Amino acid sequence: MANEAAKKEPMFTEGYVIMPYKYSVGTLASKFFIQIRDSKKINGVKCPKCNIVIIPPRSVCSKCFSKIEDLVELSGKGTLVTYTVAHYDSAVQAMKPPYAIGVIKLDGADTAITHFIGEVDFKELKAGMKLEAVFNEIRNANILDIKYFKPVKK
Amino acid sequence: MAQRVGIVGIGQTNHSGRRPYHNDGELIYDAVSAALADAQLSLKDIDNVIIGNMDLFEGHSLNDAMLLDYTGAAGRSGFKMNTGGTIGTMSVISGWYNVASEFCDTTLVIGWEKHDEGPTTSAITTIWDPALNRPFEVGAISGLSMISSAYMARSGCPLEIGAIVRAQASDNAARNPKAHLRERYTVQDVMSARMILYPLNLLMICPTSLGACAMVLAGEKKARKISRKPVWIRDHATAHQVTRGMDYSGAKVDTSMTVTGRKIFQRNHITRPMDEIQVFEMYDPCAFCQPAWLEEFGLCEAGQGWRLIEKGVTAREGSFPVSPSGGTLCTNAIGDTGTVRVAEAALQLRGDAGDHQVTRDVKMALASGYGGMYWTDLLLLSNTLD
Repeated sequence: MANEAAKKEPMFTEGYVIMPYKYSVGTLASKFFIQIRDSKKINGVKCPKCNIVIIPPRSVCSKCFSKIEDLVELSGKGTLVTYTVAHYDSAVQAMKPPYAIGVIKLDGADTAITHFIGEVDFKELKAGMKLEAVFNEIRNANILDIKYFKPVKK
Repeated sequence: MAQRVGIVGIGQTNHSGRRPYHNDGELIYDAVSAALADAQLSLKDIDNVIIGNMDLFEGHSLNDAMLLDYTGAAGRSGFKMNTGGTIGTMSVISGWYNVASEFCDTTLVIGWEKHDEGPTTSAITTIWDPALNRPFEVGAISGLSMISSAYMARSGCPLEIGAIVRAQASDNAARNPKAHLRERYTVQDVMSARMILYPLNLLMICPTSLGACAMVLAGEKKARKISRKPVWIRDHATAHQVTRGMDYSGAKVDTSMTVTGRKIFQRNHITRPMDEIQVFEMYDPCAFCQPAWLEEFGLCEAGQGWRLIEKGVTAREGSFPVSPSGGTLCTNAIGDTGTVRVAEAALQLRGDAGDHQVTRDVKMALASGYGGMYWTDLLLLSNTLD
């Protein structure tokens, strides 16, 4: 006798695709992650030609296409450019909602970095607020070694 | 000198959220058949086929080869366009290049997506830099919420404007039988929807739809023979934008909208775009795209976008209707979203948009495409070559 599943109309074929990957972070970003892991310091890169400071670090200037070789140390403090608060849960998210994500322009940098914002009342989130980096105790040389950015206490 | 290119046939399936009895090929066949019938052509008149769809969104890739029976591309030239949100507009633009260069005289452009069958949000998340951005992103929505909250902060645009945009879109979509979400919402309905990623609630972001859209493009001579009302692709522009993920706002660069808008208006000597152009089918994936991008495209002054919306300028009966089809906010089968923008702008120019035809006399129209990562296409269409 046919089972229940066999009686259903054959409308779908179901399956999974699992895609492991690894990704070379690049020469300057390697140094950037090692600095965070070993000394809790956040570095940007400085274009030798137009002098803009870019973070996250890339080996080519997005403004003038020059090759960049050098890291510059930034303070770990900065300003919130824009933000969102996630109230939605899905398999692809790194945290359980609700949580805040921000675009943060570190002091001394010309571009901004995306990260979580922690230790904050969501109602107090505002573009222009001052934030500082909080690091994890155990660090593995990746972007989540920075736990989040939190508001600077006045 | 490039050959002028006209749109001579348009076909679209209805869009919806589920359609279990149709597979992708069957949807495509319906759209292609409708476009060929609209042009009164048969497949033998087609030289070249461009198919637009995003790899991985349905869990498979290179499906243009799998779907040859349905697209009609066997034995013809052509390729697959796989550029995220801009797939549809890039497909039309690529069709333009193929015809304008006289590589061929007719091109069939197809866009399709069937979001009910794959992990769209997971697939979109793979577009972000694995080392620097991926942990912070939620598909396409996180970037759109960041853009929205940045726009609100810099322009003073209140949250209610997003609800006005969505309520207006719902009224347009209710008139468009091809649209997916066709329920009418009031501003109050939209304001009370569940928050997803602040400031975007469930009704302020585009749905995941399924559907297909096809168009036939032809060189000028042939287009005049085929169609009594060809719609001309007058110009188009594409721009990419440095993003490093979502941090575009720190980089102080012109956005991809600003670059494409400036190019199109300068090259075509358009000095008062909102007077000289009568309708804009904008790729508007969230409710704050319309006000922010009216400004960024250079259609109005900075800070004025949301005020124009408040005044009703962008409504179907307004002086500058935006997305009278209901737009991306009501229908979003990603591989056909850009194709639909061009098709809907062309229907407005032909006067064939039915219940959602705008009340103004349309001579010139804009259609845009937008997608990962902050990439914009802008097309200028007209119903005469004067």
